[in-house]
Amino acid sequence: MSGDNIYTALSEEHGGDARWAFGTGFTDALAGVDTTLPEGVDGRDLALYCQMLGDDALVQAQRLIHWVTDAPELEEEVALANIALDLLGQARLLLSRAGQADGTGRDEDAFAYHRPAAQFRNVHLAEAPRGDFARAVVTLLALSSTRLAVFTRLADSRDPVLAAIAAKAVHELAYHRDYAVSWTLRLGDGTPYSHERMAQAVADVWPLTGEPFATHPAEARLTDQGVAVDPATVRAEVHEVLTQVLTTATLDAPPAFPEPVLAGREGEHTPELAPLLEELQKVAREHPEATW
Amino acid sequence: MSTVTAQAPPEGADVRQAEFDAKITADQRIEPRDWMPDGYRRTLVRQVSQHAHSEIIGMQPEGDWIASAPSLRRKAILLAKVQDEAGHGLYLYAAAETLGVDRADLTDRLIEGRQKYSSIFNYPSLSFADVGVIGWLVDGAAICNQVPLCRSSFGPYARAMVRICKEESFHQRQGYELLMRMMEGTDAQRAMVQDAVDRWWWPSLMMFGPPDADSPNTQQSMAWRIKRDTNDDLRQKFVDMTVPQAERLGVTLPDPELVWNDQRGHYDFGEPDWVEFKQVISGSGPKNAERIARRRAAHEKGAWVREAATAYASKHAQEATV
Repeated sequence: MSGDNIYTALSEEHGGDARWAFGTGFTDALAGVDTTLPEGVDGRDLALYCQMLGDDALVQAQRLIHWVTDAPELEEEVALANIALDLLGQARLLLSRAGQADGTGRDEDAFAYHRPAAQFRNVHLAEAPRGDFARAVVTLLALSSTRLAVFTRLADSRDPVLAAIAAKAVHELAYHRDYAVSWTLRLGDGTPYSHERMAQAVADVWPLTGEPFATHPAEARLTDQGVAVDPATVRAEVHEVLTQVLTTATLDAPPAFPEPVLAGREGEHTPELAPLLEELQKVAREHPEATW
Repeated sequence: MSTVTAQAPPEGADVRQAEFDAKITADQRIEPRDWMPDGYRRTLVRQVSQHAHSEIIGMQPEGDWIASAPSLRRKAILLAKVQDEAGHGLYLYAAAETLGVDRADLTDRLIEGRQKYSSIFNYPSLSFADVGVIGWLVDGAAICNQVPLCRSSFGPYARAMVRICKEESFHQRQGYELLMRMMEGTDAQRAMVQDAVDRWWWPSLMMFGPPDADSPNTQQSMAWRIKRDTNDDLRQKFVDMTVPQAERLGVTLPDPELVWNDQRGHYDFGEPDWVEFKQVISGSGPKNAERIARRRAAHEKGAWVREAATAYASKHAQEATV
């Protein structure tokens, strides 16, 4: 019986093959991709840009993790864990690229575990408290719609690494958005009570939806060089998507996005980020010499 | 005439019983539509749903460390693992539903404390080394229990177990690999691993259930081929497999009576604290109340979401038929 062989796997040599847990593959996504910097590109700008996109994903994943064992149905725990895994995978690739681009050779963990809050570059929407399920759905809808619009264009980046990361991520992000849309419809057009809670969640989240469209100077320079995507260029498209989804869900058409103002991209954060990072970083920082 | 009608039903039942018995003896699978004795059905509902509950409650001790996993690789592995456990719970609830019970009802039985789950998950996970030790020992013991269940007589349960065992073997390897890495690390890491082994060893042995002499269900379950081995046989198999792994890892198993017995061809080992086992299984373990409260809170907090989904589905089903 084949099942009896399960234990023999343990007596075999552990050849450093880390691909036995689904969703944890890492090196494969960039196999064969040229990692040298495109000509004329400032490595510090590229590193900063990778941190912006990577930190959005890492911080959002860290928030989503808390739904596992706490969601309304087991199916939602599986789905939200899946989304968090995708985002974690994107963050790992982007933060590794940041370490290549700035010449420090820092790895993904150096960025994730050994930077203070003021060096994180994520938008406030990613770090905002997770709130109830309605708020989680609206946050995911806004973040995934924006990220999908940016990454769809980023797949044509002159940086082959960013292009490869984005090409892989768009499939994941399309699923994240579909998931958020399906719950927006169910909650918006479900019971009068769920409708009310969804309307409240949209109202609560909306003030944070402008910031992701603010253009950082590094983003502007990299966009001119064909490396990055200026988020201002996807603003109208994303607004149209959200309007369509919310009105189909029988909710009010949303107001315009708030004026885009840089904040998280400059390292300015809400008080919510520090405790999030404290939880993320505590074990790694307690054991600075350790290997895991 | 009246004699014939009076005897016909028992004859029919006898025939069905005989067919059932013949299938069991021939090691054929019983499928949901087949006739089965009430006791067989009840035993399976109890075992499969308790197994499902164990997967779901089992997400908590390790789930607590996802947010603080000390590398992004470990975080992803642990998240994938806990996600798998939710998936296992789902397959098993689906297998239980083929026996005519309802998942929502089983969930109520869990959160109202009317049905049990594996006692192991009522112990706390105190350090990140616990993630490794749970993978190595707890998932290892689970695999020992579950591999024979891939040949269980009830088809849906056996098929669910095949898939679950494959994933569990990954889980066990990730745990052991984490421990190997930690044992190669700092003194503090090695101390964490030994401490976790000290705390989880005896509860892992208890996962096989009470000694055979005190296990009232074992004999009937084995006759029905729902179970294939006795608790004590599985426990012995687990000890025999685990001791060499512990030696290779460089940890000490906390049992002074643990010694190879050449005559038996097995390790001798001490007796788990069965008084503690009974306390934990009956609800007085260190974490029983907290584990159930967390699941209940998630369920209650999510009620409005499930109601909305139901309302939405029925609204749109009506539209579709119009």
